[in-house]
Amino acid sequence: MYYLDPHIHMVSRVTDDYETLAKMGCVAVSEPAFWAGFDRGSVDGFRDYFRQLTEFETKRASWYGIQHYTWLCINAKEAENVSLSREVIAMIPEFLDKPGVLGIGEIGLNKNTKNEATIFLEHLDLAAKTDELILIHTPHLEDKYQGTRMILDMLNDDRRLEHHRVLVDHVEEHTIRAVLDDGYWAGMTLYPTSKCTPERAVDMIEMYGPERLMVNSAGDWGPSKPTAVPDFILAMRLRGHGESLIRRVVYENPVKFFSQSRNFDFTPPETYEAVG
Amino acid sequence: MPIPLDAAEVLNREFLEIRARLLHLAASLDRLDRAEGAVHDDPRLAKIRAGLEILGGVESERAERIQLLFSRPYDANWVKSLGVERRG
Repeated sequence: MYYLDPHIHMVSRVTDDYETLAKMGCVAVSEPAFWAGFDRGSVDGFRDYFRQLTEFETKRASWYGIQHYTWLCINAKEAENVSLSREVIAMIPEFLDKPGVLGIGEIGLNKNTKNEATIFLEHLDLAAKTDELILIHTPHLEDKYQGTRMILDMLNDDRRLEHHRVLVDHVEEHTIRAVLDDGYWAGMTLYPTSKCTPERAVDMIEMYGPERLMVNSAGDWGPSKPTAVPDFILAMRLRGHGESLIRRVVYENPVKFFSQSRNFDFTPPETYEAVG
Repeated sequence: MPIPLDAAEVLNREFLEIRARLLHLAASLDRLDRAEGAVHDDPRLAKIRAGLEILGGVESERAERIQLLFSRPYDANWVKSLGVERRG
């Protein structure tokens, strides 16, 4: 089955992963800007990272027939450095018209601090002024519930934002309902030891239905599995769900959400033409 | 949305996995007992016990309740308490 991985950090993965994803039916990935495992020291460090996301990763993905899209921001962890964050936010518009840039993300909270919330609000302001889609990271473990509620408070408070143009990621059993009830899209991240398993993601599809729901691997430099979406597809089949429902979650939903971006120039695999 | 499998089939498929996970939990708690030192005052242990009570109960939505058990509470006045300036 063809699918999209709506959240994966390919800069942290080897080229062989692109080959594996292509073999498993992945036709497109969307890659949010994130924390590289260390704090960057200057705005030029981010400028180079954004060039990598918008130029080299697009090319590397294309070697395996995968369409690559991306999101730009300074992540919540580095948002503790408010002055650097403001320099990065001021620089982001240089890249917003590049091919494949879908919007602002993954912004959000990490430890739910004042600085994180301040920079989150400034990213929202940028997105509202530039009419960009928004992709949101919600915190880990014990901070997720509080942080997700804070994020929803800030989103709901900004009347310029259209809820159907915002994706709140890493939802789990205790946060999914509030996100969907407020009209946002929700992403379930499939991680080997934290966040969500494929089986629990299937449970949430059964409890809430497929409307505005996606699954992703969030594959990165830590323990993660870039082929987690195919694991979800298998879990859905083993549970007895039909192909049309599975396709809606792993293909049609991300295409529908991303299609709201002017830079989502997607070629459906059914229309691929042979070369030569 | 209904689950395509009926309850008997879910139990058939998941019984051995549930049994294995219960054993994993039991062995972890036994290991804690056998280890040197005492952690009976550690609040994490109280959370684990509360979680086991949720598992043993008859109420549904256990996964959501376990998640909330291990979550920091939400403070509706966080904007004021953190001193964040809102915009928009």
